Amino acid sequence: MNERLERSMYSFVLRYSGRNQLYILAFVVFSWPIGFMLLDLPKQIINRALEAKEEVFRIAVLGFAEIPLQVSQSTFLVILCSVFLVLVVANNALKFHINTSKGRAAERLLRRLRYALFSRVLRFPIPRFKRTSQGEIISMITAETEPVGAFFVGAVVDPIFQGGLLLVAIGFIIVQNPWLGLAAAAFYPLQIYVVPRLQKKVSALGKARLREIRHLSDHVGETVSGIVDIHANDASNLELARFTDRLSNIYNIRFEIFQRKYMIKALNNFLDKLAPFLFYLFGGLLVIDNKLDIGQLVAVIGAHREMSSPWKEMLNWYQQQADARVKYDQVVSQFDVDGMLDATMQHTDAEPGFSLAGDIDISNVSLVDEDEVRRLANLTIKLGSDSNLVVVGSGNSGKDYLGQVLARLAIPTSGQIKVAGHDLTVLPESVTGRRMTYVSGAPFMQSASVRDNLLYGLKNRPLRPADYDDEEAPGRERDFAEAARTGNIVSDYKADWVDFETAGVKDLDELFTRLVQVLDIVEMSEDIYNLGLRGTVDPDRRRDIAESALKARAGLTERLSEPEYEGLVEKFDRSRYNTNASVAENLLFGTTVGDAFDHDRMAENDYVLQVLRDADLIDDMLAAGRSVAETMIEIFADLPPGHEFFEQYSFISSDDLPEFRTLLSRTEKSGVDEMNAEDRAALLSLPFKVVTAQHRLGVVTDELETKILRAREIFAAGLPDDLRGGVEFFEPEKYNAAGSLQDNILFGKLVYGQAEGMRRIGGLVAETLDNLGLRGAVLEAGLEFQVGVGGSRLSSGQRQRLGIARALLKRADIMVLNESTSALDPAAQDRLAGKVLEARGGQGVVWVANRASMASRFARVVVLEDGQIAEQGTFDELNKEGTALHELLQSS
Amino acid sequence: MSLNEEVELLRNIPLFSKLEPSKLKLLAFTAERITYEPDQVLFKQGDVGDAAYIIVDGAAKVLVDTPDGELEVAALGRNDFVGEIAILCDVPRTATVRASAKTVTLRITKDLFFRLVAEFPEMSVEIMRELASRLEHTTQQLREALASNK
Repeated sequence: MNERLERSMYSFVLRYSGRNQLYILAFVVFSWPIGFMLLDLPKQIINRALEAKEEVFRIAVLGFAEIPLQVSQSTFLVILCSVFLVLVVANNALKFHINTSKGRAAERLLRRLRYALFSRVLRFPIPRFKRTSQGEIISMITAETEPVGAFFVGAVVDPIFQGGLLLVAIGFIIVQNPWLGLAAAAFYPLQIYVVPRLQKKVSALGKARLREIRHLSDHVGETVSGIVDIHANDASNLELARFTDRLSNIYNIRFEIFQRKYMIKALNNFLDKLAPFLFYLFGGLLVIDNKLDIGQLVAVIGAHREMSSPWKEMLNWYQQQADARVKYDQVVSQFDVDGMLDATMQHTDAEPGFSLAGDIDISNVSLVDEDEVRRLANLTIKLGSDSNLVVVGSGNSGKDYLGQVLARLAIPTSGQIKVAGHDLTVLPESVTGRRMTYVSGAPFMQSASVRDNLLYGLKNRPLRPADYDDEEAPGRERDFAEAARTGNIVSDYKADWVDFETAGVKDLDELFTRLVQVLDIVEMSEDIYNLGLRGTVDPDRRRDIAESALKARAGLTERLSEPEYEGLVEKFDRSRYNTNASVAENLLFGTTVGDAFDHDRMAENDYVLQVLRDADLIDDMLAAGRSVAETMIEIFADLPPGHEFFEQYSFISSDDLPEFRTLLSRTEKSGVDEMNAEDRAALLSLPFKVVTAQHRLGVVTDELETKILRAREIFAAGLPDDLRGGVEFFEPEKYNAAGSLQDNILFGKLVYGQAEGMRRIGGLVAETLDNLGLRGAVLEAGLEFQVGVGGSRLSSGQRQRLGIARALLKRADIMVLNESTSALDPAAQDRLAGKVLEARGGQGVVWVANRASMASRFARVVVLEDGQIAEQGTFDELNKEGTALHELLQSS
Repeated sequence: MSLNEEVELLRNIPLFSKLEPSKLKLLAFTAERITYEPDQVLFKQGDVGDAAYIIVDGAAKVLVDTPDGELEVAALGRNDFVGEIAILCDVPRTATVRASAKTVTLRITKDLFFRLVAEFPEMSVEIMRELASRLEHTTQQLREALASNK
């Protein structure tokens, strides 16, 4: 079933849209006589209705039938015009239908192609990714298929449609006068000969451009992933130059394409305008000689005009198809890869109850990689079902390849691996991916929550359909029907995919307990707990957690009055100034949401200025700002510009310091009103950042505090509706959605400079939560923590721990860990190995260790050297003077 | 206590007494002010030293672990500078310092301390003078101790 993608674009289009094409074609053919009539009628109106030479009026139908009508001249005119109107409407309706049908068919083909490409990416042999970069694949599936898709349906219908229109027009002219018909078409043979030759070169250039674009996206991708080293090596200039180089190449190719492409168009336009010249000249002569009547000539010129548009369209079509063909060929050739996983391996579901619990039997396995380097040589290892194995060796011993081979991520070049009697190479992925589990050193993290990432291994197929209300359901039905029609998978992404059975639980509650268990095993629950405290919770979605937090807030307030904790937290109180919060926070008395009240730009906010004015605060704040500026200049003036103290401590950056110095002397004498807006904003912005307790600058006097409290009231009372979303006020009885869980529980500021204040309060918060039975709620909040792109918001150690937790959750028969703890400190690595072995009951674990000292915990040890087994046995057998293991132990 | 008061206080400490007021202000502004309750520990013997402390207010005891338990070797009070040895020569803390009353300190991190020294050479001269006088003091004590042991 590993079918190849259609080699040529036309076979792809015909195979998957043949019926659509026929359908559209039927309409196209139907549109031709209407087109002919539309050309013919004006002539009839002029010749027969207006110039009325006959007794009986006749309507000519398509040049071969005549319908006689016994009516007056004016009635006849009305009839003809009505027919004309009806045909115009019919023609446009047809065009509309043809275009939408085409568009739909094209979109279906495009999604089929994209799906086919993406599904192939999932089946690429792993080493392929060493040679094909992410950027290239992205650009191929997204950008390059787009114009191909746009072209798809036009591929067959357009030339027939436009060609038909063209033939109709030529036919019409020939019926009028054969010579004029020939004249009108005279230059087409020339163009038909020349254009493809010109286009060939354009196509070649198109191919080159495509290659360059891929390199470009490749370069962008590389830059993003290597950004740290680019900074660390001051390589930005090199990268910019490299990028420029590519842009130059693209520019040159593009420019040449333009030149040639528009050359073709220009040639066509010239020849097109040559025809009317002939009409006027020779047609005119014919009219003078009375061999042609005026109505005919007008109609012929009209027909030629009608010809030029389909001809242009034909030319466009020709150029587009050449372009689309190039893209299709270029894309498809990249996606037909040798050694791709058979599609059936991914689609077949595992037989229920299929188990891989049993002996692992590796016999004579060798692996030669794509560079013809022998990574593994004749390995034979037997491992009992109740045992566990550790593989140790130096960095290039090939041990990581053994891990991959065991998880069927690399296929042995020769030899066989049997697990519980089954040949590993022929098992479908539903078995290898579920009954076995593999943890790499850099486990993949989706940009989603911790929870989603942990459950990733449990989501093999949709199990419980999603609930759709009556409004959504029909839409979803349509989506699935459409997906089926275009060869896409019909599994509902929004359904519940989590397989409780695989995790060995019955429901969500048990699943949560199990999640906490595995997090405990990998020593990660404390981290998740802290993430939960620091994370935000949507109180509408998790009303229970929000309510619990409010309970904890009340509980904590009581505890804070105990002597031990007294003076560690300054609670938020609407009627009091909080000396451990900044002036901005005191004024807003809430958490900012979005950037409407960004603390750094408070002085630029019109509403804040209005409030300051109403509270008679402007002068005081300016004075405070001046005082802050003076102190900063005094303290930091002697430091060299760019000194790190500026960033760490100063309110004014080193660049702005001289500016402030002149500002101070400039505005020394002037009052508020004379100051320009910029100076005022600069000075005003300073005191907003002052935290009385921390900065000890003495600028926030008692008087200022009182005024700020008044401003706080004015601010809240007059807050316009459009700014209401910009701040979430501190309210004792309400959960603050913008603040972290911890901030909500604390409902105040940690008092500055209390020895171990953070730790003591942290302990108290934890204790309060535990007493209220809320530890689970916090952990749940922590599981909702968004890990960021590739898990970047977690440390590499945390990612590794989560990777192991994810694997444990699956309860697979065999667990392969490939240097999966390398980012942890040695003691933690040893501990984790012990805990994982314990959790697995010592069964079915193959651990490729990055440290030899971990080996002591395992039942069997294999030592690899240069891809070969140096020795194997129990740790005690091998751990003696002169063995390879001993040497490894010594050197680690 | 405001910055200016802290500056006054720093001026009374020999190590900093010769620094210009603006430098003292920088020191005060960039140092962290930490309050200790009685019996809270500033640092423990054997820990890695990451900061030195100036006692702004209160009192503290310098304790050394001995086989017979803790031994108080010195008492610290206002204006005393403590903990500089560990940050100067990268050795673990040689003693434990515990607050004996409510004590306010200025905590000068190792980082900050070295930056200040690098920035203001007059400070390093002061430190040398201070250390030399301490060495002299210790030598004298040693001599006396040896004499009394004879």
